[in-house]
Amino acid sequence: MFEYAPAPESRSVVDLKPSYGLFINGEFVDPTDGGSFKSINPASEEVLAEVAEAGAQDVDRAVRAAREAYEKVWGPMPGRDRAKYLFRIARIIQERSRELAVLESLDNGKPIKESRDVDVPLVAGYFFYYAGWADKLGHAGFGPDPKPLGVAAQVIPWNFPLLMLAWKIAPALAAGNTVVLKPAETTPLTALLFAEICQQADLPAGVVNILTGAGDTGRALVEHAGVDKVAFTGSTEVGRAIARSVAGSRKKLTLELGGKAANIVFDDAPIDQAVEGIVNGIFFNQGHVCCAGSRLLVQENVADRVLESLKRRMAQLRVGDPLDKNTDIGAINSAAQLERIRELSDAGSAEGAERWSPPCELPERGFWFAPTIFTGVTQAHRIAREEIFGPVLSVLTFRTPAEAVEKANNTPYGLSAGIWTDKGSRILWMADRLRAGVVWANTFNKFDPTSPFGGYKESGYGREGGRHGLEGYLNV
Amino acid sequence: MSERVAVRKTYKLFIGGKFPRSESGRSYLVQDSNVSLASRKDARDAVVAARAAVKGWAGATAYNRGQILYRIAEMLEGRREQFVALGVPADEVDAAIDRWVWYAGWSDKLPQVYGGANPVAGPYFNLSAPEPTGVVAVVAPEAPALLGLVSVIAPAIVTGNTVVVATSPSQPLPAVTLAEVLATSDLPGGVVNLLTGRITETQPTLAGHMDVNAIDLTGVTDAELAVDLEVKAAQNLKRVLRPAPADHDWFTDPGITRMTTLLETKTVWHPKGV
Repeated sequence: MFEYAPAPESRSVVDLKPSYGLFINGEFVDPTDGGSFKSINPASEEVLAEVAEAGAQDVDRAVRAAREAYEKVWGPMPGRDRAKYLFRIARIIQERSRELAVLESLDNGKPIKESRDVDVPLVAGYFFYYAGWADKLGHAGFGPDPKPLGVAAQVIPWNFPLLMLAWKIAPALAAGNTVVLKPAETTPLTALLFAEICQQADLPAGVVNILTGAGDTGRALVEHAGVDKVAFTGSTEVGRAIARSVAGSRKKLTLELGGKAANIVFDDAPIDQAVEGIVNGIFFNQGHVCCAGSRLLVQENVADRVLESLKRRMAQLRVGDPLDKNTDIGAINSAAQLERIRELSDAGSAEGAERWSPPCELPERGFWFAPTIFTGVTQAHRIAREEIFGPVLSVLTFRTPAEAVEKANNTPYGLSAGIWTDKGSRILWMADRLRAGVVWANTFNKFDPTSPFGGYKESGYGREGGRHGLEGYLNV
Repeated sequence: MSERVAVRKTYKLFIGGKFPRSESGRSYLVQDSNVSLASRKDARDAVVAARAAVKGWAGATAYNRGQILYRIAEMLEGRREQFVALGVPADEVDAAIDRWVWYAGWSDKLPQVYGGANPVAGPYFNLSAPEPTGVVAVVAPEAPALLGLVSVIAPAIVTGNTVVVATSPSQPLPAVTLAEVLATSDLPGGVVNLLTGRITETQPTLAGHMDVNAIDLTGVTDAELAVDLEVKAAQNLKRVLRPAPADHDWFTDPGITRMTTLLETKTVWHPKGV
């Protein structure tokens, strides 16, 4: 194997302030009853900026600002004008894409080639797509004159900070709602840069409010009596707590939660393509993906061949500096997440599965985990049941399509699934039977603004993306 | 000659296509009849029956489901007078029949209206289609006992779900009589299961049941109970239809939300290439 020279992307394009306030009613303000916390670069543990932590009074201020903006400005505004603001935002995202990508990789730890080529282009795409809906809601299939809900409380995770922001804010604003959004505590910085973009777009004050903080801030936000809609992406455990907290209220709820997707490889699949799909399925974004293909189900008679090829391919993966343009796998997002990945991986070994990682030199500072596969995994193993949310693949085998379906569906989750086979009728037969919201056949981890995304069962409810994504923000 | 002595009917539960008494052996006196008082065990048995029916019903063609719902309308039309004799107003019976017909037509249209091709920015075939969520626990409205009942059952089952329904506690007779209609309409056993009795007794079990995919709280009038059931439902993230407003007019156009809330959307991707 040949060596790669370092090819770091310059971080000079990012102009970080030492500290950031809360974005309420169009301005950055100091918290009234909150504190502050630091956001670090997970690849170096260097402090990037100090960020305000919103308290209950700050949440109240933001919800009031959003309410006033909804009643006086955004609600009454014609859809065609709302559309123009969203188009404007989409354009600024495209214009400042390099800055957004570098900052996302700094704060999150994901490889620059992913933030640059996947996250940020999709972010612009979601705003561009939903912008066009703002003046066509009567044609969206929800009756002639569907109405917005009011103020949306939105809480997003750290794995795709800016993309999850786009999934939340773009449809909410297009439908005529105003929002209060809380980014994850480990990745608040691109949301704050987005707040600056809202200012640059002259978006009316209060339409978008960004509250940084941790779990307490999120809880105060979703439980606030002044919100009409709650949208959450994150763990199933927190999703359950939110579903309980909104019980009996008027709040409309959409949840996009955990997953434990099966990526199913049949013996007639093109092995090289399938291996690329397996690698993409579990190592994309360090495996910090709710729809990651974290259970490989491979047909028994090709298991050895697939695993040999997979191991060879894994040995080529480059783990390291997220800003290096050749990096395939970046840093684990936080010390806490690294601990969880280690704990579950240790459980995998302890329960009798066989662990393998390619030889791989990890940087000394920061949070890192080598790409890992477990073979000899049974359905009873924790690593086959629990979401690891890291670069760890559990390999199981099957003999018949029916067995593959049964194993794939043997989970409380139902977010996504993958099928690899050359036989068209088998793809459709399998797709019919897999209880998952997104089925990728002979591909994996594809996303698009027009394509609805969301889960069955305990992976949550509601869809984001496409025409379906409007429903969660309309009174239908 | 003495006057003929009428043969009275025993009103029982409807579970898995059969008419069992409550396993508890209890009944309650309502509408001048002894009606089965369903227990928590009956509710769990009904879930087992409903789950067993999912595969066949969800797997049936939309055309087939539509024909069966239309057949229910035919059977109900034939028993129109029977429901009137039970005290259901004639216009309500007519509306209930028409509602079956309306929903029958949706079976092979909703997937077209609610799904479709997505124009993704790449060389991929991408299609979204609705699928039934599975087993739905339904609380039918207290009144109107027949139209309300039909208006919550039909939208759940037309798309392929199966249901366990708590009927109007104060007017269960139209529900049990409707079960006789369902039993003679080629509807597979277990697709609709009816529990008569107290919702305070059966619903907490159903809302917390881990093999139930959704709850419809339409007929729950006690706000505290509704909150309690919604909280229980969160344990496995059941889809929830919240209680209907007290003044809801069941004779108006139902719209499609009752159907869509009980559906999942599945999106399938495949690359295009040679």
